[in-house]
Amino acid sequence: MIYSILKRAVQSVFVLLLVGLVAFSMFRFVGDPVDNLLGQERTEADIERVRQELGLNDPFVVQYWDFLSNAARGDMGVSFRQGRPAMEVILERVPATLELALVSATFAMTLGILLGIYTAIHRKSWISNAILAISLIGVSLPTFLIGIFLIYIFAVELGWLPSFGRGDVVDFGWWSTGLLTWTGLKSLILPAFTLGLYQLTLIMRLVRSEMSEVLKQDYIRFARARGLSERAINFRHAVKNTLIPVVTVAGLQIGSIIAFAIITETVFQWPGIGLLFINSIQFVDIPIMASYLMLISVMFVVINFAVDLLYLAIDPRLRDGKGA
Amino acid sequence: MDRIKRALDSDLFYSYKSSPLALVSSIVAAILIFSAVFAPLVAPHNPFDPGSLNLMNGFSEPMVPNAFTGDTFMLGTDDQGRDVFSTILYGMRISLFVGFAAVVFAMTIGIVLGLTAAYAGGRIDSFIMRIADVQLTFPSILVAMLVFGIAKGITPVHLRDQVAIWVLIISIGLSDWVQFARVVRGAALVEKSKEYVEAAILIGRGPAGIVFRHILPNVLSPVLVIATISLALAIISEATLSFLGVGAPPTSPSLGTLIRVGQGFLFSGEWWILFFPAMTLLLLALSVNLLGDWLRDALNPKLDD
Repeated sequence: MIYSILKRAVQSVFVLLLVGLVAFSMFRFVGDPVDNLLGQERTEADIERVRQELGLNDPFVVQYWDFLSNAARGDMGVSFRQGRPAMEVILERVPATLELALVSATFAMTLGILLGIYTAIHRKSWISNAILAISLIGVSLPTFLIGIFLIYIFAVELGWLPSFGRGDVVDFGWWSTGLLTWTGLKSLILPAFTLGLYQLTLIMRLVRSEMSEVLKQDYIRFARARGLSERAINFRHAVKNTLIPVVTVAGLQIGSIIAFAIITETVFQWPGIGLLFINSIQFVDIPIMASYLMLISVMFVVINFAVDLLYLAIDPRLRDGKGA
Repeated sequence: MDRIKRALDSDLFYSYKSSPLALVSSIVAAILIFSAVFAPLVAPHNPFDPGSLNLMNGFSEPMVPNAFTGDTFMLGTDDQGRDVFSTILYGMRISLFVGFAAVVFAMTIGIVLGLTAAYAGGRIDSFIMRIADVQLTFPSILVAMLVFGIAKGITPVHLRDQVAIWVLIISIGLSDWVQFARVVRGAALVEKSKEYVEAAILIGRGPAGIVFRHILPNVLSPVLVIATISLALAIISEATLSFLGVGAPPTSPSLGTLIRVGQGFLFSGEWWILFFPAMTLLLLALSVNLLGDWLRDALNPKLDD
């Protein structure tokens, strides 16, 4: 078991080093930093001095190492557009994205598992078929179209919910939350629903197929033979065994929720890191792009690693070290 | 003649004939692709020719004669008086071109790397597949955005609009090669141990000859399935990137760009500028997707995950 944890850890470090290399190359090869620093009137001597100061004459590996150690301390340079440290700009936007991601993940998990269980138990009912058909349409629609569609219905036609922004937020130190104000909550509904819809259908389909498999197992038949009620069979025996693979997939989906938040945040002008990232691409703001990349890869790697550990803890079959 | 007869008798054609979904979606896809390719002939106006535009026609509703000029437009016009139907046809052209080119690009990289990994084995294999694993950790749309951003940074400012389409193709292609590489590698590993490969080695063919002339034709059917499904995904990716403003330049708007522009008019009630491009995108992506699903069931190749 220790071996497989170690193997995962090494893999995670490898991923981060590779992403670091990409981020570093962005700084090194996209645009000349000396051009950005020195004005029009510069001499060859100035250029040489700045190159020396910035360490641009060092060997590649040394520069890469310097970059990594700076990044580990949170120093990713200064945003070209805002003139402030890139990490600072990103970090103040993190709460908005995390809040949106967590709310939509919770929504997708709860409703996905409930609907999945329902459609697995009542396989033949027309409600199940309707839910499945709607989910198929939901999967094939691009996220941004769903967002626009919802804005049209609930903001333009009905006027019930705001179409953009975060509403009023309450600050707790460096964290800001919209969960405590009425406008904040109202602004959260549409983006969270849009972002969670895809994951919702994914989890629902997974739960449904896993649960249908479980319900065919011998121990379920045995439980039925013992005369247990349908309710006890479904919820005490079947659901527990269904949820093991669901934990993994759902955990890994949190990563993609954060990434797909880019689209939702743009549609709803939600002031999170995704919207910041899109703007930084439009204006070629390299420090912001690189910081976003580093931050999100750390999140991804941590989530993947945590899910792996969780999986090892839940499923005893994987503990002999042979698990892939 | 003989070949046509054989094709008509094949299992694949039989399965096609007996699947109404495949029939309908292939007809829809064919109509859309045809009208996009021949857009200059099909479209009533050329939306990029300022001479054909009349600002007085701006914001005409679909099928309602314009109050000033009396012209009627099937799907209405935008703020500049551009016929929405024509912009959709020209936009679909760009969407399809980017989609096809990106899939071909991804397919080429995937096939070459997948075959290399399978045939060379050992370190080369684990190196290629490890990179693929790392890339799979990240959603492909994120990879595409990142490649687009980096490429935009490298390109000189005055060239950006001209090369944007190619950058888009490379970004989407690079974000999607992993699927192909994994499937090709899996299938090629199976083929590699078959007798015909041994025979080819015995008669003295080189590795490149064996891989591309003997193994490649035998792994093509799963590649075809992945390519069809990837095409639908690539069209949606392109639309998403253009919608976000990091895709097709304003000078050559794709369906995604049209939706982006249309969103701005939604609040003032000009719904058709957004609605028709969005529906076209849906129809296109859905029909190609359903075609891919059918192809997968019909060919039934053993796909990885």
